[in-house]
Amino acid sequence: MSQGLEHSLTSWSGQALKHQSSWIDELDARVRVVCAALFALVVVSSVSFVAVLLGLSFAFFVVKASKLNIKRTLRRVVAMDLFMLTLICVLPFTTPGDTMFTLFGLSASWQGLTHALLITLKANAVLLVLFSLVATMSASTFGHALAHLKVPDKLVHLLLFLVRYLDVISQEYKKMRRAMQARAFVMGTNFHTWKSIGYLFGMLLIRSIERAERILGAMKCRGFCGRFYLNDEMKITPLDRRFSAFFSCFLILLIGINVDDLLQ
Amino acid sequence: MHIVDGALSAPVLAGGALLAIVGIFIGLKKMDYDQLPLVGVLASVFFIASYIHLPLGFSSVHLIMNGLLGILLGWVAFPALLVALLLQVIFFGFGGLLVLGVNTLNIALPAVFMYYLCYRGIRHDSAKVAAIWGAIGGAGAIVITSIMVAFSLALSGESFVLAAKAVLPAHIPIMVVEAFVSYSAVYLIHSVKPDAIHRDLIS
Repeated sequence: MSQGLEHSLTSWSGQALKHQSSWIDELDARVRVVCAALFALVVVSSVSFVAVLLGLSFAFFVVKASKLNIKRTLRRVVAMDLFMLTLICVLPFTTPGDTMFTLFGLSASWQGLTHALLITLKANAVLLVLFSLVATMSASTFGHALAHLKVPDKLVHLLLFLVRYLDVISQEYKKMRRAMQARAFVMGTNFHTWKSIGYLFGMLLIRSIERAERILGAMKCRGFCGRFYLNDEMKITPLDRRFSAFFSCFLILLIGINVDDLLQ
Repeated sequence: MHIVDGALSAPVLAGGALLAIVGIFIGLKKMDYDQLPLVGVLASVFFIASYIHLPLGFSSVHLIMNGLLGILLGWVAFPALLVALLLQVIFFGFGGLLVLGVNTLNIALPAVFMYYLCYRGIRHDSAKVAAIWGAIGGAGAIVITSIMVAFSLALSGESFVLAAKAVLPAHIPIMVVEAFVSYSAVYLIHSVKPDAIHRDLIS
């Protein structure tokens, strides 16, 4: 399984998640980033179960609307949920409250279970909305959107560099791994593996430091003076306005449900 | 290692985010435009490192390598790790959006600690001694990271205390692996390109 993981994740070079084109793609990148961030803020700070459930169902609606590959999306989310499963098993026993059942003298509480479920639902809702609104654009569009949203430009440049060179460095890594495999290297739980991987990582660092020097040289040669041009014009269209209005109404509804819950 | 959205309490989230922003600000101040390619490329090395899964008995662990990155980058590790974690959240779903501040702080602050702790040791003339300092940096960063993860969990509520106590022992295998891997990585760099370590990459 670890082999499969390694392969699928190192081949990402900043492209959007695979999906068919939908009306979500027509939306302005800034609107999508801001909406997703606000959604995360509201859902994570929710205290009401109803609000979080509503948020989650809205997240499913957005996933459907963005025409993401449902199977792949769920697989990503399930990876996280397996991790959450431990939380669901532990929290009922560590939270004081009304006893649900007793196991080896430890009592599991309803409050603990609700808490664990609430966390799981929140985490899922936020991820699904992020996937469908933000991950459906390419990573460089995301960087440009951040730049238009007045994120410090050094940070944006760093992001764009990371996106650009991720693929290059991962090619480098794969090349060296293949060379090791050609020499019959198989990973195991032993000192030899750790030493070899250490050498691999050290070599990766050296090669990337040298590559960085070459990149800087090439940039200097073209007169780089600390500024990149954002060559895409982002325009707010009527569709963006309608979507933002709808989205903010929904968020206000969620906030309202929470306030109502708190007042009771 | 990645804490997910919804688990931590609001004060912890806000405090973590605030401290992370301070760290990122210092990092960005220290970083020149000329160092952008270097930092970007090293951030992608970190990104790739977290996909190198090493088998460990029946399961596997992935490298984190924040210690070594910190030794090379110092405070600049903050922005470098932030962008890497941000992309991992959005495109792979590791961690969460609002806990990004806490996660960045938990991984980048130990890296900065290791920068100051190992600054002299890593520049030792003997490759062996330098490599031992590299191992200390690699393992030490994981120790501090797991303590910080435990703290951010424990501060978020009574019910997380048990989970917080489990964090440190759970990271012991990664600590050991990371120490050995960092040892050989520094040993190799010292023998092949000592310049990369002796010179300050970020001044």
